[in-house]
Amino acid sequence: MASTEEIRSDLADIVNEVAGVPAADVQLDKSFTDDLGMDSLGMVEVVVAAEEKFGVKIPDDQVKNLATVGDAVAFIERAGA
Amino acid sequence: MTAARTRVVVTGLGATTPVGGDVATTWESFLAGRSGVRLLTEDWAAQLPVRIAARVAVEPAEVLPRVQARRLDRSGQFAMIAAREAWSDAGFEGLAPDNGIDPDRLGVVCASGIGGVTTLLSGYDELLKSGPRRVSPLAIPMLMPNSPAANVGIDVGAQAGVHTPVSACASGAEGLAYGLDMIRSGRADIVVAGGTEAAIHPLPMAAFANMMALSKRNDEPERASRPYDKGRDGFVLGEGAGLVVLESAEHAQARGARVYAELAGAGMSADSHHIAQPDPSGAGAVKAMRFALADADLDTSDVTHLNAHATSTPAGDLAEAIAIRTAFGDDTGQVAVTSTKSMTGHLLGGAGAVESIAAILALHHRVAPPTINVDDLDDEVDLDVISGQPRALGDGPLAALNNSFGFGGHNVALAFRSV
Repeated sequence: MASTEEIRSDLADIVNEVAGVPAADVQLDKSFTDDLGMDSLGMVEVVVAAEEKFGVKIPDDQVKNLATVGDAVAFIERAGA
Repeated sequence: MTAARTRVVVTGLGATTPVGGDVATTWESFLAGRSGVRLLTEDWAAQLPVRIAARVAVEPAEVLPRVQARRLDRSGQFAMIAAREAWSDAGFEGLAPDNGIDPDRLGVVCASGIGGVTTLLSGYDELLKSGPRRVSPLAIPMLMPNSPAANVGIDVGAQAGVHTPVSACASGAEGLAYGLDMIRSGRADIVVAGGTEAAIHPLPMAAFANMMALSKRNDEPERASRPYDKGRDGFVLGEGAGLVVLESAEHAQARGARVYAELAGAGMSADSHHIAQPDPSGAGAVKAMRFALADADLDTSDVTHLNAHATSTPAGDLAEAIAIRTAFGDDTGQVAVTSTKSMTGHLLGGAGAVESIAAILALHHRVAPPTINVDDLDDEVDLDVISGQPRALGDGPLAALNNSFGFGGHNVALAFRSV
């Protein structure tokens, strides 16, 4: 399994691709909506791309629990374990 | 004459077309008689009976920020590019309030013939290939026909109303007519109005080709769009957008805006004849032109230029020519007629708007662009067609008409006056 930092970095590239947020801004403590300015449509795109990238499933009803980048990374780590 | 009625003027122009990524380049191309028609190089084109089209001269990816562009259908990308140019050209930057404009007095009308068709079709391809989970959550906002208008409205802060007329090839002109009404009726002081289309894709191309509507002159792309010429065999599909800033004359004057021309009137009618063929008598077109002149308080003798709909189809060009002669009678000989579709191809929902810009600039610069490829003028077209060189329009007050007719029998004529 990839390290926390590797997951964060790959996720940051996805967020950058979808929303144009600089990858360096996508840190574990940042809220997707409040800090990174993402809307719900962008979040769906990020989730689907992350599923493909990390080979995990992120059910729709779980997405609302992924408020921060750290939440998403932790979910991916657990799902991939 | 309704002396008290609000006069509406044009204070900004924006466009992205097959002959230029902005208005200045497009206009310069028009005067130079440059064609934007090319052989399509995509793999899918090789198997089609028609392999030519007029793509925009400047790809949106070159001028739109990537993150913005990815949330827009191609037709929406064109509209945003044209809208931003028009808005800036009118002297504005950013949202309405930043410019001292009340958002409730600003509207947007951006017409579309077929909506976000390429997004719809590529979304279906993705669905079939990768399943429902991979359908973009942005697909609906991108493909809905009101998307370009809505996105422009968000960009400029328009809250008076955002609208999307649909009337096939007359859509763009209907966009300006709707904007005219918005201001005259008191709903807005400023309206960003026009139309857009991006339908160069195997499905629409095959469909138009199978209707026998498209030119098959694949070996000579730049000579394929030839309105009024004896050898015309159908239109060439183009893409692009045109948007203008319409403003009440009073509002424009109060802020010292530069005015290109007046949108003096609009006339509309419906053929009630056939879903794709024009009424050969041109009766509906005649009505639209007469209504436009009456609405603009113009006589036929006042008009010196007409930007025709003329798409390069054997039947359509002739039907319109007959209609023009019927409408103008003895004054027909002094109307210099041109079809800029000879250069841009047919922009469908964008045509009426881009061609309005051509008519507006003809009045502003007092010179009208030529129709290219008129090697052998059809004897039955009894009109003064400008060919070869641009035509100087002379001194004094000028007036011009722009015609647009859509599949389904929608007729729109717009009347412009010089200022």
